[in-house]
Amino acid sequence: MSYLKKVIHNCKQATFLIEKKSIGKITLRESFELRVHLFGCSFCRIYKKQSRVINQMVQELFRSSMHRDYKLDENFKNELQGRIEEELNKN
Amino acid sequence: MQHQLNPHQWVAAHADYLYGFAITRINDDELARDLVQDTFLAALQKTAGFQGKSSERTWLTAILKNKIIDVYRKKSSGLQNISEKEAEEEQNDFFNADDGHWTKNNGPKEFGIEDSDNLVSKEFEQIMKRCLQKLPALWMSVFTMKHIDEEPTEIICTELKVTQANFWVIIHRAKLNLRACLQRNWI
Repeated sequence: MSYLKKVIHNCKQATFLIEKKSIGKITLRESFELRVHLFGCSFCRIYKKQSRVINQMVQELFRSSMHRDYKLDENFKNELQGRIEEELNKN
Repeated sequence: MQHQLNPHQWVAAHADYLYGFAITRINDDELARDLVQDTFLAALQKTAGFQGKSSERTWLTAILKNKIIDVYRKKSSGLQNISEKEAEEEQNDFFNADDGHWTKNNGPKEFGIEDSDNLVSKEFEQIMKRCLQKLPALWMSVFTMKHIDEEPTEIICTELKVTQANFWVIIHRAKLNLRACLQRNWI
């Protein structure tokens, strides 16, 4: 298999480049290879879209669930503040 | 404006926030509570070093972050590495060994949410949570530090003791497994 053929059919490498490109830098050559690959590969085109959506959703999930779902019970909080006061009084 | 510390209000003002921060990253209730407590107690020892440049919450969160990284380090050393091996093996099925093309059953299919804005069902969110929990500890930490905390790559590599090359491999693998898990459970 020729070099180019190998690259344009290699979805494992293409998805790696998609991830790398989304948060870092890839070389011009890699960028070219990725474009050629995506042109011919509908699977990786879907992957690229989903990869981006997943990032957004995970961010949204972390931000919203942090404010919404997690609350400590009052007993734990009272004891905790009590320990802090204890430490403060030591000094 | 100079920020100030007021430890008498710490729990009321920040405990829930820190707890949420911890539990979304380590997924262990008891450990998350311990980390919140450790964070406050460690912070009390460091008050002299607080310069008022960042807010109280930012300062406390930074202390908590370091504690979470310690947990990740412990989890990703030794026997726990089994989960990483298993997660890697899962990927052998994704691509053909000879040419790297998606295998017949694992090629991406549309989820039907790719083009809509923000309107994601509760159900999809729950699946996403479960899929995140399946990631090995080290992958999860690399993934959240990059995508949620938006830390610079160099810092993540130093803190978690991974090479740059390995960092990119993990970023790639974490997303492959996460996406495949979503596809298995959603479609």
